[in-house]
Amino acid sequence: MTIEMASAGSREIRRLPPGLKLAGALLFTIVVVALPRRDWLDYGLAGCILLLAMIWGRAASWKLVRRLILLEPFAAGVAAMSLFQQGGLEIFLSLLAKSTLCLSCVLLLGATTPFSQILDVMRRRHLPGLLVTTLALTYRYLFVLHEEMHRLRRARQSRAMGRRHADSWRGQAGIIARLFVRASERAGHIYAAMCARGWKS
Amino acid sequence: MHIPDGFLDVKTAVAGAALAAAGLGLSLREVRRQVPPARIPLIGLGAAFVFAAQMLNFPVLAGASGHLVGATLSAILLGPSAAVLVMSAVLILQCLLFADGGLTALGANLFNMALVAPWSGYALYRLLRRVCGNSLRGRLMAASFAAWASTVCAAVCCAGQLALSGTVAWGTALPVLALVHIAIGLGEGLITALVLAGIARTRPELFAPTETAQPIETSTSVLQTIGFGLLLSLGLAAFVAPFACSWPDGLEWAAERLGFARAAADKPIFHSPMPDYQWPGVATNGWGTAITGMAGALAAFLIAWVTARWLAPASNDSKTTVPPAVTEQDERKSANDN
Repeated sequence: MTIEMASAGSREIRRLPPGLKLAGALLFTIVVVALPRRDWLDYGLAGCILLLAMIWGRAASWKLVRRLILLEPFAAGVAAMSLFQQGGLEIFLSLLAKSTLCLSCVLLLGATTPFSQILDVMRRRHLPGLLVTTLALTYRYLFVLHEEMHRLRRARQSRAMGRRHADSWRGQAGIIARLFVRASERAGHIYAAMCARGWKS
Repeated sequence: MHIPDGFLDVKTAVAGAALAAAGLGLSLREVRRQVPPARIPLIGLGAAFVFAAQMLNFPVLAGASGHLVGATLSAILLGPSAAVLVMSAVLILQCLLFADGGLTALGANLFNMALVAPWSGYALYRLLRRVCGNSLRGRLMAASFAAWASTVCAAVCCAGQLALSGTVAWGTALPVLALVHIAIGLGEGLITALVLAGIARTRPELFAPTETAQPIETSTSVLQTIGFGLLLSLGLAAFVAPFACSWPDGLEWAAERLGFARAAADKPIFHSPMPDYQWPGVATNGWGTAITGMAGALAAFLIAWVTARWLAPASNDSKTTVPPAVTEQDERKSANDN
């Protein structure tokens, strides 16, 4: 599974302070969202700024475009509801333009900033410690539990000797149930390990 | 139901963010007050679990597949405040890692899926358990129906936010989103019951009939219930009420009958953002949506009933009491058993 995407970009953009990049992305999305509808000129301007940032950071990769294409149908699906009203087409196109701009901006942020740095920014900005700890733990064990789920699935499929039974809803739900039991067992071990390394809440 | 960037205007995004921040703060306070430090990692692991569970596909029809959302499931397994934290972590990570759900819409998404969904599901679960009983069958039935209802509640809030932003007319957003999520919710209810039955089979103490057996929260305080109730009503008043008001409601009918409607008409107390605005194109068909909603509720109830009967054949298991608190020794023993 390739969740970690923060592997693109030039050395310069990767060395920028993560707080700056996060603030920049937030500012960019807020400005784009606040732009009035049918303001095509400003959309183009915002797109140019984003493109320049991508070229400067050498982060305009096919991976980014693929991810964008993968996410676009969801936005288009929601936007399609706006077609059923007066001037719907213009609203639809504005929505699509805005969401594409913001999506590329967030994808650029994700591609050039490791999540651990974002967590660091959150901690330094004095976000509640419990929230940051939860996010850090979630990020850390996301991959582990995802692999665990695949192991459970593989085991079930090899026992079932065929697709039909293994992919039944009850079988799938059984995997989720087992995954929760394992996650809650693991949480106990993790606490002991955290304490051993001097963690305090 | 993840709203992307650009679909919400500034006022809706700010209102959503404020409500989400307040709800998150409240749940953080509750968790810090109630949860012993040894259980803190379980919240992070719970979020990772929900994340992983969402990636497991359930085949529906002809290649299409759905997945679990897990708001009600985590509220039942971990407690409502912990579930708020779990779902928030999931949504924040989805937004920043996958660009799934917008950065500016994060507050609204958190409100719908991390506040409304777990709390409506949990409240309904507690309420239904009084009716359905404390046996495994009753609990599964309550959980299944609550999971369906929480999905629909979140979708209605989402429709309100889109309409308040002027993106999609309420007359379109409500029927479409409600219809889609009435259907999705049926799957959510079924999966929730199946998962809970699976947990009850392997580790019954994790899904126990007593309130105190919840691994994270020991109780839901009155203050907490009031706080979250207030927040949710504020959200409903902001996102849904301006549109629902155009339907003939009980107050209006009473005012008409009692004759003070004319007196009240002179002095408008509350300016709705779009007074008596009729969206052209699609007529606001409140009755159609209401009938669909009721049919959906009936279907969800039937699924809950059938599933519970199928998964928990003996209904006399209410007598088998599960120890209210799991001690360290029990845990070690059951770990060895497995």
